[in-house]
Amino acid sequence: MAWEAVIGLECHVQLKTRSKMFCGCPNTFGAPPNTNVCPVCLGLPGALPRANERAIEFALRLGLALGCRIAPESVFARKNYFYPDMPKNYQVTQYDRPLCEGGELTIVLEGGPEAVRLTRIHCEEDAGKSFHPERHGDRRLSRVDFNRAGVPLLELVTEPVLESPEACAAFLTALRRLVRWLGISDGDMEKGQLRCDANVSIRPAGATTLGTKTELKNLNTIKGVERGVAAEIARQTALVTEGGRVSQATLLYDADRDRLAIMRSKEHAHDYRYFPEPDLPMLRVSEPRIAALRAAAPELPWAREARFRDVLGLTPYDAGVLTQSRELSDYLEELIALGVSAKSASNWVSSQLLRYEGSAWREVSDLRSRFAPPKAFATLISRVESVSVTATAAKGMLEEVMLRGADPNTLFVTGGTPAISGDAKLRPLVRAVMEENASVVAQVLAGEERPFGFLVGQVMKKSGGQAVPQEVQKLLREELAARARS
Amino acid sequence: MTAVETWQKSARAIAADVRAGRLTAAAAAAAGFEGPAARWEREVHAVLSTDADARARAAAKAPTSARLAGVPVLLKDNLCTVDHPTTCGSRILGHWRSPYDATVVRRLREVGAVVVGKGNMDEFAMGSSTEFSAFGPTRNPYDLARVPGGSSGGPAAAVAYGLVPLALGSDTGGSVRQPAAFCGVLGLKPTYGRLSRYGLVAFGSSLDQVGIFARHVGDVAEAYEVLAGDDPFDASMREGVAPDVSTWDAGVKGLRFGWPANLWRAGVDGAIVTALETAAGHLERAGATRVPFEFLPGTFAVATYYLLATAEASSNLARFDGVRYGRRASADELTALYARTRGEGFGPEVRRRILLGTYALSAGYHDEFYLKAQRARTRIVREYAAAFARCDVMLMPATPTLAFALGEKTDDPLAMYLSDVFTIGANLAGIPGLSVPMGLAGGLPVGVQLLGPADAEPVLLRAARALEAEGRTGDMTKGYEREFAWPGKR
Repeated sequence: MAWEAVIGLECHVQLKTRSKMFCGCPNTFGAPPNTNVCPVCLGLPGALPRANERAIEFALRLGLALGCRIAPESVFARKNYFYPDMPKNYQVTQYDRPLCEGGELTIVLEGGPEAVRLTRIHCEEDAGKSFHPERHGDRRLSRVDFNRAGVPLLELVTEPVLESPEACAAFLTALRRLVRWLGISDGDMEKGQLRCDANVSIRPAGATTLGTKTELKNLNTIKGVERGVAAEIARQTALVTEGGRVSQATLLYDADRDRLAIMRSKEHAHDYRYFPEPDLPMLRVSEPRIAALRAAAPELPWAREARFRDVLGLTPYDAGVLTQSRELSDYLEELIALGVSAKSASNWVSSQLLRYEGSAWREVSDLRSRFAPPKAFATLISRVESVSVTATAAKGMLEEVMLRGADPNTLFVTGGTPAISGDAKLRPLVRAVMEENASVVAQVLAGEERPFGFLVGQVMKKSGGQAVPQEVQKLLREELAARARS
Repeated sequence: MTAVETWQKSARAIAADVRAGRLTAAAAAAAGFEGPAARWEREVHAVLSTDADARARAAAKAPTSARLAGVPVLLKDNLCTVDHPTTCGSRILGHWRSPYDATVVRRLREVGAVVVGKGNMDEFAMGSSTEFSAFGPTRNPYDLARVPGGSSGGPAAAVAYGLVPLALGSDTGGSVRQPAAFCGVLGLKPTYGRLSRYGLVAFGSSLDQVGIFARHVGDVAEAYEVLAGDDPFDASMREGVAPDVSTWDAGVKGLRFGWPANLWRAGVDGAIVTALETAAGHLERAGATRVPFEFLPGTFAVATYYLLATAEASSNLARFDGVRYGRRASADELTALYARTRGEGFGPEVRRRILLGTYALSAGYHDEFYLKAQRARTRIVREYAAAFARCDVMLMPATPTLAFALGEKTDDPLAMYLSDVFTIGANLAGIPGLSVPMGLAGGLPVGVQLLGPADAEPVLLRAARALEAEGRTGDMTKGYEREFAWPGKR
């Protein structure tokens, strides 16, 4: 029998608000342990939470971008369970009345685009971080860092509609692009800013009911999600094929060894004893507030990608690459606004600037301020287009700026030897090369096309790289034709 | 006529003396300890922690031109303070000291009040007699064989015997009003959300309110004015400006007071019924109108209260686990650490209520208990609203009995819970309640209770003032020992 997988994802997005979800402590990564803490996020006796308005706004921005229904009234709830990194031994989250419901996120798979339906999005607080256990003589010691305790999280839950590990990876990639695009999270999985659990089940192909699901935790990278889900589908399929049954359980995926381990079975499932958080009032979102957020919403990545492709005429590949980040696509649009054609702007950005990503610049803001200020870079591109410098020379200048610290504002605008163009300058060079390579010329005249490129290269070399290649080719063809006639 | 001693004075009189330079804050703070406390405290045991140095330091810092300049205040030991331990009457907090002051404590200090120590209480405010304090019971100053009520028994007793003119407690189901009635002092539970809960160690968050003990209505009003008002650190504060209580002495002409006599037809001590009649007479003579009606705050109110309060408590008290602060039991693995720390650290009543609350929230019982109780609460809110459509305040008992004997109810939790029957309604409905002393019966204080709709504090205080003025002929600011027999040991 053939089996098909049904997967639902539960994603956690750490928000990059300045302060934590329920107190004023700084929300920063990497501070010395237990320094970003206060009575509230340490859960000291008597301390009370107050909701971070900015975090709510971030949640609303994501909800609106995904087409969710925004609840005019939603309720914070306590999820009760004991764990040393949970300061209050309950987590303030949302339960039966979340902020956002419904909505969808479109992913692109080999078979085409596919809308992944969402169940809900809600706000909650993160827990601290445990480090275990260290040996101290004959004692084992665990440490807890509460800097992360109370950091705002969004939990986003999909319907059980994903069908493959690849679809899961595509979903996370799309979600990461969106949260970065909206400026609500850096979405860095390595830093735990984007986390994911997967609910996996299998059923006979074509069936409409769902099989028993298992919950997969500890999926720390997009690759890890893909491989962990694949491993779990394989495990369940093997189990069922051998006549066994899948039982409800929580599993941990060990990415290093590509192995799954059962963390707890159904009998040990938690009873979280949810109830409305009495310390926080109902969360109310007014219609005018939603309308204002809608009006202020940016063009979304998929809309901009479509516009780049359909209106600006970029290739689907370039449109995709250039809308991976909002900053990069803004940069591209700025070049176009400065008069560069869409096609050459996209060529120069995707094939030249992106080459140096990581080696020279990391953020688009570095490009703007240091490596390729839009005005200077647009000037460089237009100099190439008006053949005042050659592309080769321009690329050389770019390399000078990227790797050797040259100043783009002077180099791009006035640098580079002027291109050599025009009959008067180029024809003597062409003739000279033909004299020096008589045997190659003979081959070309005999009908071989390949050595033609060699001759072009020789002319370019003689010009010190400054000749305009198109003109060289044209003159060479003319000279060869003349030779053939004679 | 002997001069009135400082410890006998009202909070306002002390503040006036300090502001005028007739008295230092240090002397005011020391007065109660050098006066009656020397005689009473060993037997009453109202105070859990105090020390002369801390009192002197606090007095030295107190602004001397402010409203409560130099007024000594005792705080129930579930209000966080930086200069005294905060134990909640429990062993589980060990020697924990709060790194911050509760908002109400900060406000008191800002207007010159001097925190002189922390008052005894039932562990985590769970109890009605202060017998569930881990540090031994407080005794009623009027009869040392009897309880002072609870859970704020320490602060109530301290105000009664003269240690301080003003004290703060907390009232989740009557924990200010009931001990006030047992100890013969005033006890105000404000409208939910009028006094900040930030720094009040939570018991039942949706029911808890900081409350005020004093011997004079004017002192209650003064303290309320200082304490009420918005606090950005407490998201459950009520919106809008706190009501103006400066009219506390404006009389009760035209006031309609509800008279739900069905409530005391049976099961209420005769002395209390007599006190209610006396109070009604006073109010009528002062120009108020009696509005008799039947009122059933639901026989289910006690059950509703004990489900919701314990459900919230089971979650609120989860943080006491020995991991970050307080007492930690030795154990070699996590579950044992939790079980031993909490098993050893919590007393029997707290354990009982955590179990009850955990049960009420558990899968399978959540709807039957917790949700049903929430619905019942909504109904109770409506019933009070309907009652207050007919009257401005309700006059009713604060307690069914006078102060009971130590040990009388400790083995019968249900009897203890039922003694809260007249006070829990105000907490469920979020409305203010004020316990008013009506003199003594057989040497024991008798109190009555006034309830009003949300933000009716000014009305409650006006009515209480009418009773105070009628009941005690003479000038109240001269010290109340002239109007009442001073508590005597029996």
